[in-house]
Amino acid sequence: MSALPDARGRFGEFGGRFVPESLVPACIELDAAFGEAWADPSFRAELDELLTRYAGRPTPLTECRRLSERLGVRVLAKREDLAHTGSHKINNVLGQALLARRMGKERLIAETGAGQHGVATATAAALFGLECTIYMGELDVARQELNAFRMRLLGAEVRPVAAGSRTLKDAINEALRDWVASVETTHYCIGSVVGPHPYPYMVREFQRVVGEEARQQCRALTGSDPDLVVACVGGGSNAAGTFAGFLETGAALVGVEASGGAAMEHGLPGIVHGMRSRFLQDDAGQVLEAHSISAGLDYPGVGPEHAYLGDHGRARYVSVGDDEVLEAFELLSRTEGIIPALEPAHALAWLVRAAASGEVPSGATVVLTLSGRGDKDVAQVMERLS
Amino acid sequence: MSVVATGRLEGALRARRRAGRRLLVPYVTGGLGRDWLEVVRAVASAGADAVEVGIPFSDPVMDGPVIQRASELALAAGATPRAILAELAGAGLEVPLVVMTYANVVARMGYRRCAEALAEAGVAGAILPDLPVDEIDEWAAVADEAGVATVLLAAPTTPDERLARICARSRGFVYAVGLLGVTGEREALARSAAQLALRCKARTDLPVLVGVGISTPGQAREISEVADGAVVGSALVRRLLEGAGPSGAAAFVAELRAALDA
Repeated sequence: MSALPDARGRFGEFGGRFVPESLVPACIELDAAFGEAWADPSFRAELDELLTRYAGRPTPLTECRRLSERLGVRVLAKREDLAHTGSHKINNVLGQALLARRMGKERLIAETGAGQHGVATATAAALFGLECTIYMGELDVARQELNAFRMRLLGAEVRPVAAGSRTLKDAINEALRDWVASVETTHYCIGSVVGPHPYPYMVREFQRVVGEEARQQCRALTGSDPDLVVACVGGGSNAAGTFAGFLETGAALVGVEASGGAAMEHGLPGIVHGMRSRFLQDDAGQVLEAHSISAGLDYPGVGPEHAYLGDHGRARYVSVGDDEVLEAFELLSRTEGIIPALEPAHALAWLVRAAASGEVPSGATVVLTLSGRGDKDVAQVMERLS
Repeated sequence: MSVVATGRLEGALRARRRAGRRLLVPYVTGGLGRDWLEVVRAVASAGADAVEVGIPFSDPVMDGPVIQRASELALAAGATPRAILAELAGAGLEVPLVVMTYANVVARMGYRRCAEALAEAGVAGAILPDLPVDEIDEWAAVADEAGVATVLLAAPTTPDERLARICARSRGFVYAVGLLGVTGEREALARSAAQLALRCKARTDLPVLVGVGISTPGQAREISEVADGAVVGSALVRRLLEGAGPSGAAAFVAELRAALDA
């Protein structure tokens, strides 16, 4: 399964490159450039150096003792919240920024939902001296005001998007429109395993480090592979990177979506944002708005590799609601002294439910990717709980 | 070359080109306003050589603000692909109809069912900007069978080898995207428009029409010196959003026609 996608960017029937002709040559160029760079030891060495000395990798795998006691399963948290900029997004962005520089591009654009990818992209742009424009839905700018300000502090221009549902989906549309006009000088730094080929593949490869580290750390700590691996899924980049490290093991893989954006559970096959995948849509093929307390999971689609893994039974996809997520957010804060982002709180919320119901047997070893820290969500949670 | 073998759209456009006419294809968003079908009829009679009708989509990434707004309004008013095709079936136009929409609308209906529905509604061609030549085969096979011409887009960034493939696979005409950017009006005609038109003309005998960024009668005339004609979308739809109605739309298309014929 790790040999996928094929040369056309297909994961089975999903994936592909469904973008306007203006962008196709750029995607082909990017595919070739990434292929060369990824096979080039000097590129890999430079990226590794950045990940170590700049981003703080490897991130630890933390044994969550009090949480484990509470749930009756052994929880090992992969601490992407401790990476620079506070989430796993930095892994992908450093890779793409290096690649953009190698391709001679002068400007980065990106979409962002919760703002984590926008902050990471603005950070990389500052580090490499590149121009940077971030598209963010108006609604998300409002609920993630601090992240929008962080991006500006880092020298990026934040363009609020007023179209459609004013969230992540519309930010992607607007970034694509920018790219259609600016493709000769600009690299579109997509933040998840979505979009036209090679993005779902390339972003997974840049995030693979999460899963590979976690697998080694789990073996060192426990002597074997885990029984279960859990990660949250919006577009699905932290899950894709995590799963990549465990596909060949016997571990069960579970991706957790927000119930208001559960493209794996309720989505139908379709073609949106450059890829064939699953999307929440109506009978006429109009894309529906997602609704979640977490801006990062507020996406009506999902990466094509997840659609493939789900259809073939290698991974299972489930969803949880906002209330359970808030309980999990508090639970991790109080039992482990870790305030998680609302996105990975979804993964924990499902684990709490599944451990209580016996769906995850007591004593099981679980690797849970804590994809980001919760500082960005504290104000929103405070409002919600008061 | 017989009209039957080349398809209705190509046949009609070739016949007019042979007669020395510069081609004009206005674009109207389907379902925009209750009188949208009247608008289609009015622009058809005002000098169009074919009419392009947009089936609105929730996430139109190739479109700028004007057509985005028109699409939102049409969707909010309840426009659906089925309803638009049902109305088009009764349009009774003298010129061919071409539908423009996005891949998901077509995929949701099912490629074969959609191609057949277009044919039944009397639609002669389809433009699907997010189905580039590498992803077109599955759709194009059923569209060919149904007698619906799949018009492919060529872009200023398209390298020669791809351009040859696009020109070879396109049916009806080749849609040359005049500039790097989304649909919308521009103050001046981009230099890339004429360059791309010439590159297309060197590779195909199909009619080559330039669209995106053609906003005024003068620009339409200018590009028609090198291309076979122009597609005009946002400039017309903006007038519709401002309340021009069928008569205002016809007046604008008549202006474009006059400039092309002068």
